[in-house]
Amino acid sequence: MQIPPPLNPVDALREQFPDDVLHVRQFRDEMTIVVNPDNIVAIMIYLRGTPGLIYNLLSDISAVDYYPNDYGNQFDGQGGRNFRPERFGVSYHIYSMLYNRRLRIKAFALEEDPVIPSITEVWPAANWLEREIADMMGVRFDGHPDPRRLMMPDDWDGHPHRRDYPLGKETIQFSFNVEEIIKHKPRATD
Amino acid sequence: MAVSDIQRADQEKGTKAVWEGSVEQLKGLVSDRAMTGETMLLNMGPHHPSTHGVLRLLLELDGEELVTVLPDVGFLHTGIEKNIEDKTYEKAVPLTDRMDYLSPMSNNMVFCMAVEKLVELDVPERAQAIRVVLLELSRIASHMVWLATQALDMGAMSVFLYCFREREKILRIFEMVSGQRMMGSYFRPGGLWRDLPEGFHEAVQDFIDYFPSKVDDYERLLVKNPIWIDRTHGVGVIEPDVALAWGVTGPALRGSGVNWDVRKALPYSGYETYDFDVPLGEHGDVYDRFLVRLVELRQSLRIVEQGMKRIDKKGPFRSNNRKFVPPPRSELGRSMEAVIHHFKLWTEGFNAPDEEVYSAIESPRGEIGCYLHGTGGNRPRRVHFKTPSFINIAALPVMSEGHMIADLIAIIGSVDIVLGDCDR
Repeated sequence: MQIPPPLNPVDALREQFPDDVLHVRQFRDEMTIVVNPDNIVAIMIYLRGTPGLIYNLLSDISAVDYYPNDYGNQFDGQGGRNFRPERFGVSYHIYSMLYNRRLRIKAFALEEDPVIPSITEVWPAANWLEREIADMMGVRFDGHPDPRRLMMPDDWDGHPHRRDYPLGKETIQFSFNVEEIIKHKPRATD
Repeated sequence: MAVSDIQRADQEKGTKAVWEGSVEQLKGLVSDRAMTGETMLLNMGPHHPSTHGVLRLLLELDGEELVTVLPDVGFLHTGIEKNIEDKTYEKAVPLTDRMDYLSPMSNNMVFCMAVEKLVELDVPERAQAIRVVLLELSRIASHMVWLATQALDMGAMSVFLYCFREREKILRIFEMVSGQRMMGSYFRPGGLWRDLPEGFHEAVQDFIDYFPSKVDDYERLLVKNPIWIDRTHGVGVIEPDVALAWGVTGPALRGSGVNWDVRKALPYSGYETYDFDVPLGEHGDVYDRFLVRLVELRQSLRIVEQGMKRIDKKGPFRSNNRKFVPPPRSELGRSMEAVIHHFKLWTEGFNAPDEEVYSAIESPRGEIGCYLHGTGGNRPRRVHFKTPSFINIAALPVMSEGHMIADLIAIIGSVDIVLGDCDR
């Protein structure tokens, strides 16, 4: 069987989804394509299934928090600045075994109510990866089959990986201050 | 802090800890038969000798057969990724050791590779060869624990002690090299922390001579053992396309026949120059994964042998780029620039650009990837480790639903999970 020649993912995506490719960046040997999150499921299905692209392995989904002041209108990708319109950036790292190349698709989510459509139907591997981001970073994934918290207890408040969440250094407990510390310790049921 | 203190605090606040849940909470997750009580919900809780760590599995059982398996992780979550955001790049390396604690060199390696990619730091060839040798020794050590615990879970208890005897030799080598048996933090951005000590070559050569007969022993004990074959043939089968869709990598994927190894596909640290084979399974069951890892032991030893021939006893072990790598102490008495570099690196650390990179290596469990996003300053903005155990535990229900509990133990062992790797 003849293997179709590899396509350039940027050109292929620009042709198929002309309004959704917002920015392209090449750094070291990695290609990053920033896309509009509303159409991400169709984009992923296209990348997974098209001969010439066949990105069949989802390696990783990572979320970044650009708080407090590394995002906004002035980060428009021009003049050496990075392209960061919103606070939360979610990076999908996909890999094509046939053409042996990686690609990063990035989508930005708003600060007030960050939500991105879930790609669990494209790769079931996204199930837990998205759950972890929803738990730790607070980015909701629309259409996720099981949106419970993963790492933190089920009734936890807050999203630990956000930049405005404190690291939480504890006071060292001795016998003279143990009562004080127990009184002030937040418990999961509070 | 005594239980009475907790009870007194509860009385003062008027709260009472609630220990029981109801089946209603699990409505969409387990099958409808659990709601009526036709199937039983059993908690294979975080305290369990066979779950290879603090893994909680909620099992829905129809007699002895598993209807649903719901993994619940997070009991070993220590916030390594968040903690690294508070540290400079060099100081973050010991934190990465603690993730996959059975093969700590792999975690160090992937983080150092990501940093080296981000700041474009070179690694001398000798350091690359030493890294490869130590990574493969780490792989052998990790597979020893895998074999020991899998055999122990299935009742073959003597294999446990034999494997740990071999692992002891490797841990002595690690201690010789870095000062610590397990969490050495020996790999640093740019190369290694310090040069190889006296006796390293002899110790590794002793191990190379000693180990092949031990692998023969394990093969004699288990490969044709009728009890082992009965318990592992046809158990925990995962089809190759299902495995790929669920993101499974490593021996769990190669046991299903997919020929993908990061060392061969996207080689790093000079792996393209080594001569080794990648074993493949055929059926995707526990037995094939077991055979794949056994053959990997021999191939790792082959790589160690080839690597040792390339390593001189003394030579460069870290990059010379003083902006990122501290100068040797002997230079500090003679050169003002060395003192300034030392000062800057110890107080502030080096700066990395405001960009993101992703680098991945083949850890004994699968593909471990590190997503590193710098700020332009001396601390990372975000580090995310895509760890193979995380993905493999997510794929555990696919492999084990429909089997019996005893098979579940075999499957967990064959997938080789480490909860520190999963929860970070």
